[in-house]
Amino acid sequence: MGYPHPIHSSETPVLSTHFGVHEARTYAGWVARGGYEALRKALTMTPEQIVDEVKASGLRGRGGAGFPTGLKWSFMPKDDGKPHYLCCNADESEPGTFKDREILRWTPHALIEGCAIGALAIRAEVSYIYIRGEYTEPYHILQAAVDEAYAAGALGPNALGSGKRLEVFVHRGAGAYICGEETALMNSLEGRRGNPRIKPPFPAVSGLFGQPTTINNVETLAAVPHILNRGAAWYAGLCLGNPKSTGTKLISVCGHVQRPGTYEITMGLPMRELIYDACGGMLPGRTLKAVIPGGSSVPIMTPAEVDACVTDYEGIAAQGSLLGSGGMIVMDDSTDIVYQIMRLARFYAHESCAQCTNCREGTGWTTRILERIVRGEGKASDLDLLMDLAENMTGKTICVLSDSCATPVVSGIQKFRADFEAYLSGARAPALVGV
Amino acid sequence: MTVHETESHEPVFVGETLARLEALAPRYPTRMALLLPALWMVQEARGWVSDGAIHEVAALLELTPAYVRGVITFYTMYHTHPVGRHFIQVCTTSPCNLCGAEDVARALLEHTGCGELGTTSPDGRFTVMEVECLGACGFATPLIIDDDFIEGVTAAGVPAVLARYT
Repeated sequence: MGYPHPIHSSETPVLSTHFGVHEARTYAGWVARGGYEALRKALTMTPEQIVDEVKASGLRGRGGAGFPTGLKWSFMPKDDGKPHYLCCNADESEPGTFKDREILRWTPHALIEGCAIGALAIRAEVSYIYIRGEYTEPYHILQAAVDEAYAAGALGPNALGSGKRLEVFVHRGAGAYICGEETALMNSLEGRRGNPRIKPPFPAVSGLFGQPTTINNVETLAAVPHILNRGAAWYAGLCLGNPKSTGTKLISVCGHVQRPGTYEITMGLPMRELIYDACGGMLPGRTLKAVIPGGSSVPIMTPAEVDACVTDYEGIAAQGSLLGSGGMIVMDDSTDIVYQIMRLARFYAHESCAQCTNCREGTGWTTRILERIVRGEGKASDLDLLMDLAENMTGKTICVLSDSCATPVVSGIQKFRADFEAYLSGARAPALVGV
Repeated sequence: MTVHETESHEPVFVGETLARLEALAPRYPTRMALLLPALWMVQEARGWVSDGAIHEVAALLELTPAYVRGVITFYTMYHTHPVGRHFIQVCTTSPCNLCGAEDVARALLEHTGCGELGTTSPDGRFTVMEVECLGACGFATPLIIDDDFIEGVTAAGVPAVLARYT
């Protein structure tokens, strides 16, 4: 199993430096590459010093929301006498997103070290890495790395001889997209159905097992050792002009490009350069039709928006979409976009936990209406009906799964209306739905 | 707690398996948090989670069988009925769908003899299930067969993949 591509000149390898290097997975191999030095340093720092360093780096949550990591850590209470928990969200399930998987299977110790440092920052002794059940290979690699870290004394009651207790436990999910939502993840870890919880209380007040908890994405935590090793100023300097989006970002590119895969870019790289240079552009004879840049939950972009876009939080927002998780789905002119939006709606309908009416009913209705359009049985009023439904699915529920289903439908109808109308008028032949 | 046996059930959590589960207990402040790990152990040992196993796990973790059943049915990866010797999960969500995943799923149904999604082939060898995003979108189409993660499967490549599983 080799890493699929050599580093491209448009990339800035930081997290991905050792992707594809088997030795880097082992404890000795990681230490030989400078591993666990950052944890050693963190063990000499106060929680406030770690938080300040990460704040100064400008690191923002890489799971999708982009919330400043240091600020999130600073919300944790001090001297409250309660156990604190760090949860690492390794439930990567957002369609188009497969970047954390590379960290989990190539540099598991970067994540373990990031967890340990994050735990110190929030005054926790225990970190749980919640990994999706389907990630069988990454799970075995990660668990082996954790076992090695314990055997070497980097984790345990006396981490690296510091006298401090740092535990990292790997917990397997069992197949549920919604468990990537932070409060659903906590419920699942507690042995419950993965229903999201109403906020407030926020996790920093009452999270896992009712105790103060911080939840961070894999890529976020894996960046932390680099920041401690090389300094906040170095990390903050890794941006191409926008100081609000610093550092590097793993972008997993899939769909109709010549070289799909996970690319690490400096924030601010033109999206065109990523798609056409690093990924080799479209397949021969094809042209770009649409891009979903940040996992399936963000608005669809047109080729003109892609051309004008720089790849960072603000740059993609300026083109009407979101960086999200960095899961980029590229669609060429052969794509039946109505069919693909129908398929996305079906995904959300399948994954709805069903506790909120607007989501449970809305995702199902949206799917069935889109299916009938594809089957050639749509009505002229269906597009208005879908837009009306989408409005009732946005901002009305406990979590944003419902909003996420509405997003591609709304942006699809707004930007690719002619494709829908071709089905409705009969100009496009009906298609079979499903396998 | 009384266990009402609804079928003959050979306990899973004895000896080394019980010790493995109890070794996880100190990681969590509650017994309930052992539920997902316990169910994985049941499935690993028996291939599926039977009603008898549900009662056994419930008693062991001081939960009710109804509660355990409620949790199991939330997740897609626990089998509540026996499946084929090899369990195949094929992703057909949009990124893979763009790259021909539905053709791969159809080829799997044809070459396993399953005919329909969710059913077991007449020879008991395979069960094929269509699943949502497996998180390997750049390497369409991914399959999970038993514990193996297989990337880049095409419809034409299906017979060669299946040949590895007897």
